[in-house]
Amino acid sequence: MPSRLVAGVRGVGHRVIDSIWRLGYASRFFALILLKSGTSFRRIGLVVRELYFTGVLSLIIIIVSGLFVGMVLGLQGYETLQRFGAESAVGTMVALSLVRELGPVVAALLFASRAGSAITAEIGLMKATDQLAAMEMMAVDPIARVVAPRFWAGVISMPLLAALFSVVGVFGGYLVAVVLIGVDDGSFWSQMQSAVDYRYDIVNGVIKTCVFGGAVTAIAVFEGYDASPTAEGVSGATTRTVVTSALVILGLDFVLTSVMFRGMG
Amino acid sequence: MQRTTMDLWVGVFVMAGIGALLVLAFKIGNLGTYSTGESYVLTGSFENIGGLKVRAPVKSAGVVVGRITDIQLDTGTYDATVTMSIDQRYRFPKDTFASILTSGLLGEQYVGLAAGGDDTILEDGDRIMKTNSAMVLEEMIGRFLFDKASENKTSDE
Amino acid sequence: MPSETLIEIKNLNFSYGERALLKGIDMTMARGQVIAIMGGSGSGKTTLLRLIGGAVRPASGYVKVAGRIVHELGREELFRMRRRMSMLFQFGALFTDLSVFDNVAFQMREHTDLPEAMIRDLVLMKLQAVGLRGAHELMPAQLSGGMARRVALARSIALDPLLIMYDEPFTGLDPISLAVIGNLIRRLTDALGMTSIVVTHDVQESLKIVDYVYFISDGVIAAHGTPAEIHESATPFVHQFLHGEEDGPVSFHYPSGAYENDLGLESGLA
Repeated sequence: MPSRLVAGVRGVGHRVIDSIWRLGYASRFFALILLKSGTSFRRIGLVVRELYFTGVLSLIIIIVSGLFVGMVLGLQGYETLQRFGAESAVGTMVALSLVRELGPVVAALLFASRAGSAITAEIGLMKATDQLAAMEMMAVDPIARVVAPRFWAGVISMPLLAALFSVVGVFGGYLVAVVLIGVDDGSFWSQMQSAVDYRYDIVNGVIKTCVFGGAVTAIAVFEGYDASPTAEGVSGATTRTVVTSALVILGLDFVLTSVMFRGMG
Repeated sequence: MQRTTMDLWVGVFVMAGIGALLVLAFKIGNLGTYSTGESYVLTGSFENIGGLKVRAPVKSAGVVVGRITDIQLDTGTYDATVTMSIDQRYRFPKDTFASILTSGLLGEQYVGLAAGGDDTILEDGDRIMKTNSAMVLEEMIGRFLFDKASENKTSDE
Repeated sequence: MPSETLIEIKNLNFSYGERALLKGIDMTMARGQVIAIMGGSGSGKTTLLRLIGGAVRPASGYVKVAGRIVHELGREELFRMRRRMSMLFQFGALFTDLSVFDNVAFQMREHTDLPEAMIRDLVLMKLQAVGLRGAHELMPAQLSGGMARRVALARSIALDPLLIMYDEPFTGLDPISLAVIGNLIRRLTDALGMTSIVVTHDVQESLKIVDYVYFISDGVIAAHGTPAEIHESATPFVHQFLHGEEDGPVSFHYPSGAYENDLGLESGLA
C-alpha cells in the first residue's frame, strides 16, 4: 500500500522539519535572553530572588544525594581496590569520580528535575494565565523581566551546587572508608591531593557544571515560554524539560570529557 | 528595597557554594601545592620516552619541581622533544642530566633532573643537552638475551 | 465632554492563516466613553483588542490611537504608547508571585523613578478606588475571582492611562461582583477621563454602563448604536443575542450535510 508508505515518509519528514524549526526558534530565543540580560545585572535583586528558588531550594536534595553517592563510592571503591592491595587509593578514586564526572553530571540531573521543572512550570503557568501577555501590554519585556533573571540564577547556582555535591560526596566517602572501614586517614587525603589536579580535574569539572547549568536552565525557560497555554501544555513542557535536559547533559558530558581529558591518561 | 529572609538564605547558599569550591581546590585538589604560576620552560630531546605523558611530574632529588607540558616528535632527528615547565624558584646548571625514570616497578614515568656542577644556569627556553632515554622493558630483556647469546658464542670458540 | 476621537479603526482586516477573522471593521471611539464590543465566542473580539494594543499586525487597514497608526510604530515607540494604555485580562492575570501591593506597584517601579514612599501612597490610593486598600498584603491566590479582578483594575489604572481594554471582565463572577466591576468601570472612566473598551458577551450588565455598543458577527460589524438604540434594534442578530435565543442568524447546528445521509437512512436499509 504505497499511499500509507507515502504518508509515513511524509510524517517523518514533517517531524524532522518541525524539530529543525523548533531548534531555530530556540536558538533565537536564547540569543534574545543574552541580548536582554542587561536588566538582570542592573537589578540584581531579581536574580537574587531566583537564586533562592533555583539554588537554596535545591540544597537539600543535592546534599543528601551527594552524601549517599560518596558513601557508595567509598564502599565500592574499597571493595574493588582491596583486591589489589591498594585500598589507600580509595580517596583518589572517590574524589576523581566525583570531581570529574559524578559531581557535575548527577548534580545537573538533580538540578534539572528539581529546579528546571519548577522554572518551566512557573513560566508556563504565567503564560497560561496571561501574566506574560499582561506584562507585555504594560510595556515590560517578559524575556528581560522574567526569563533572563531565571536563566542567570541557574547559571550561577549550578556550579555552586555541584561543588557542594562533590565536597559532601568526598566527605561521605571519607566516612565510609576511613571512619567505618578503617583506611588510613593520612594516606586517604594525601593520595587524593597528589592525584587530583587543580587545573585539569577541578577547573574542568567546574567548567562542565557551568555548561550544564546554562544548558538546563536554557531548556527550562524555553520549554516554559514555548508551552501551549493550557494545563496539558504546561505539564507536557515540564516533562520535556526533564527528559531533554537529561539527554543534553549526558551528551554534552561525553563531548566535554573527550575534549578536556583526551590523551591525559 | 529592604532586606528579607530570602536574601539571608541566598547569602548562606552562595557562601556555602564558594566554600565548597575552595575546599575542592585546596583540600581535595592540589592548588595548595601549586606554584603561583611563575615558571620557565626547558626542553630536552630523548631517543625514546617510553610511556612518558604530558602532565607527568618533573622531579629533582624526589621533589616535584615542574610538569611536562608538551611532547613532540622532531622529524629531523626522529627524537622526541619534551617541553617542561619548571617552577621559577628552582634553577639548574647548564650540565644538568635529564633522564626518564619510573616510580616503582610499574608506576608512572617522570623526568628526573640531576644537577651538574656548571656555573652558568639554564634560562627560559634553553635545551637540556644531556639526556637519558627511558628504560623500555622489552629492549632490556632483548639486550639481556642478546648478551647471553653472544657470551655463549665466545665461550664456544 | 467634547467627543475628541481617541481611536480610529479603518477598514481593518485580519486573518489566522486561511481563516478571515475580521473583515473590514470601521470604528471610532471618543475620549471619556465606555464602549462595548459584543459578539459570540470566537467572533474576533479579543483579536480586535490585540490589534489595538499592537500585539498582532493587521492584514490591511489600520488602527490609529491618539493619531498614530499602531502597527507602524517601532518596538520602542510601541512600548511608549503602551504605557498610556492598559489591558485587563479575562481572569485578571495578576502576577502570582507578587503581593497585591506589589502587583499594583509593578508598573510604577518598572517605568518611573518615584521614591518608595510616594509609590506606597499612590498604590494605596488606587486600591482605595477599588475598595481593597485593606487587602494590600494578600497574595493573589488568597483573593476571590471578583477581588482579583478589582486588583487587576487598580493595577491597570496605576499610571493613569488614556485607554483601558477589558477582555471579558464579567466572566465567572457572581451577580454582586459583576455589578461592582461594572460600576467601577463606569466610575473610573468618568473620574479619570479615559476611554474604556469592554469586550464582553454579558449583554444586560454592559448595556447598563456603556455609551456605545458594537456587535461583531462573522468578522463584520453587525450592528452598532447607543444602548437605547440597541434595545430598539430590529436587526435579527441583535435580537437573538439580546434575548439569548438558541436559533436565529447564528444557527444552533455546526454546518453539516443532511442528517439522513449521516445516519444512512436514504440507502434503504429497512
